[in-house]
Amino acid sequence: MWSWVAHRITGVLVFFFLFAHVLDTALLRVSPNSYDRVVDIYKNPFVNLLELGLVGAVLYHGLNGLRIMLIDFWSAGAKYQKQMLAVIVVIWVAVMVPGAYFMLEHAAKQLFGSS
Amino acid sequence: MTDLQIEAPRSPRTRPARGRSNFEMHSWIFMRISGIVLIVLVLGHLLIVNILDGGVQRINFGFVAGRYASPFWRIWDLLMLWLAELHGTNGLRTIINDYAERPQTRFWLKMLLYASAVLVVALGTLVIFTFDPTLNS
Repeated sequence: MWSWVAHRITGVLVFFFLFAHVLDTALLRVSPNSYDRVVDIYKNPFVNLLELGLVGAVLYHGLNGLRIMLIDFWSAGAKYQKQMLAVIVVIWVAVMVPGAYFMLEHAAKQLFGSS
Repeated sequence: MTDLQIEAPRSPRTRPARGRSNFEMHSWIFMRISGIVLIVLVLGHLLIVNILDGGVQRINFGFVAGRYASPFWRIWDLLMLWLAELHGTNGLRTIINDYAERPQTRFWLKMLLYASAVLVVALGTLVIFTFDPTLNS
């Protein structure tokens, strides 16, 4: 049940981000300068952290989507739905830990000044 | 025991009731097919823009110009845009149907949703097709 709630919440979140993201990318047609200025927002350390949250939401939604498809189409899918949830949580952590490192490396150096 | 008969959940429906379309079944299939494709397109996109070669710090107009010199990335982005927006719109349609109870509220929320979907798909498509690397600031 909670995996379903999380699937909805992450889906809505990603949908609203997509709306904003298409609008900011549309500045490519306005001028290189205005596009560069809006992309600079993404490079801010705090926004970078939000981006990590977005990646986490997308990754969960995708992994749980695969799990839903296995429940629907694999004959033993419903039987193993709990184990599959455990598997996707493990995969999520295994991807997010190095993902967080690489995404926040630059921001951390910028904030704490070691290089 | 009574002789109550319950169809197995996976038994196929013979045919849609007369005059009714099978829209909900098709949208259900679309969510799964687009979902699989989006896993590749979106996770690939996130990896490229956030992690590879310096991640988001290297992104600017010139970076996009370099990528959009190749039709491969334009087609990638176009497919990702259309599938993601339709997948998300259909997901939100389901959520509105679940939680908005007054017919008026349902109707207007869905109109707002569809209007935003048309705007996002049209604007995004326009940008992908008309991107001009020589555009002056």
